Amino acid sequence: MKPPPFHYHDPGTVEEAVALIGSLENAKLLAGGQSLMPMLNMRYVLPDHIVDLNRITGLSHIDETDGRIVIGAMTRQREIEHSDLLQQRCPLFRKALLQVGHRQTRNRGTIGGSLCHLDPAAELPAVLTALQATVHVVGAHGARDIAIADFPAFYMTPAIEFDELVSAVSFSPWPIGHKSAFVEFARRPGDFAIVGVAALMDAADNGMIHRATISLSGVGAAPVRCTATEEQLIGTKPDEISLRVAAETCRELDAMEDVHASPSYRQHLAVELVSRAVQAALDDAGAGSTS
Amino acid sequence: MSVEQEFPELRPVVFTVNGERYEIDVETRMTLADCIRHQIGKTGTHLGCEHGVCGACTVLVDGRSARSCLMLAVQANGAEITTIEGIASENGEWHPLQHAFHEHHALQCGFCTAGIMTSMVEFLRENPDPNEEEVREALSGNICRCTGYQGIVTAVLDAAGRLRAVSDGVGSRRE
Repeated sequence: MKPPPFHYHDPGTVEEAVALIGSLENAKLLAGGQSLMPMLNMRYVLPDHIVDLNRITGLSHIDETDGRIVIGAMTRQREIEHSDLLQQRCPLFRKALLQVGHRQTRNRGTIGGSLCHLDPAAELPAVLTALQATVHVVGAHGARDIAIADFPAFYMTPAIEFDELVSAVSFSPWPIGHKSAFVEFARRPGDFAIVGVAALMDAADNGMIHRATISLSGVGAAPVRCTATEEQLIGTKPDEISLRVAAETCRELDAMEDVHASPSYRQHLAVELVSRAVQAALDDAGAGSTS
Repeated sequence: MSVEQEFPELRPVVFTVNGERYEIDVETRMTLADCIRHQIGKTGTHLGCEHGVCGACTVLVDGRSARSCLMLAVQANGAEITTIEGIASENGEWHPLQHAFHEHHALQCGFCTAGIMTSMVEFLRENPDPNEEEVREALSGNICRCTGYQGIVTAVLDAAGRLRAVSDGVGSRRE
């Protein structure tokens, strides 16, 4: 099993990469390669050109600027997993990443690659959806920002043009002390999950939730926000029953069908995992604490 | 231009494999795994699934474990690569993992072993004193169809102890 023949390009800057994808026919961008390389090996994709982004060091960074945290598209999943800044300000990343593939794939895989591959079951797009992140894109006609909710066009396809690439993602970190959880169901650790849940929550000392975002992977073609659940939780101090009632709204979500699970099973998992994720978030010590 | 004239597309690369320097031309579509086996001639790295699931082809690239079937050889330009042939010491003394695998019957057919050992070299460097659950989690990226993993887990835990004894209490190094 070998990749098909292609012309290989390894630009050193974003500008060169943008110029290449704007001028080449049937080009594919190669990020960490943990999804594209299998697809090449199995010849699911037959690009005439591969534009390898791995030499562009400027795309790999984790910074805080103007109150936002910015993560470069080529930042390896491993770097995000081990980032002190993110562990302090957004521990949700590490919680989710520990369920992304394996050590060997996180060493290579990137956040931008995961986002653009847009597998319905992928954890990072669900995390970015819960964070209401912004996707930064550059192309031949300049740079633009896309709200994460508008980023998926359809199944495994981002809403960017063929001559554009994702350069970074950014988000406003939640306050110190916010709570988070990532819960998923997969048949084995590291496998693609059938359904996953990212939950962010801000609660007062008395347990009153005043802000919550919850997103699901693996239910629809792209991550979905559980807005009905969020609305039922905000302004309350949920107990076991009210939490269950709020999670039950996820049974109304449109769910996809594939070889792994039926729509009704995905809806069942959504309800069950959302209640577990909310409970885990409520029990979380909170970002910036020592645990 | 016809495909015959355009391909193979070759690129010069320079990298080291187990400390030995190689300056070779590689076909740009060649995976690092195929390069290591066919061009470098080190066949200890095994290819199982060739799509990143089985872990058999795991090597260390600049000290980090990576699936060599999911990297192009051309991407290894400038890298230091370590394969299973390179984990014993230069005088041929086995790595503590190799001793432990031998003694705890941690392999039967051996096909998965190279990928497991290279993965565990990195894991034990970062987590020198793991518990059993952490070892099982660390092994989750490598498929073994013979052993049922029990012997492997025992061997990794034993090797961790041997490595700690060798390093004489010196802490882990996290890059």
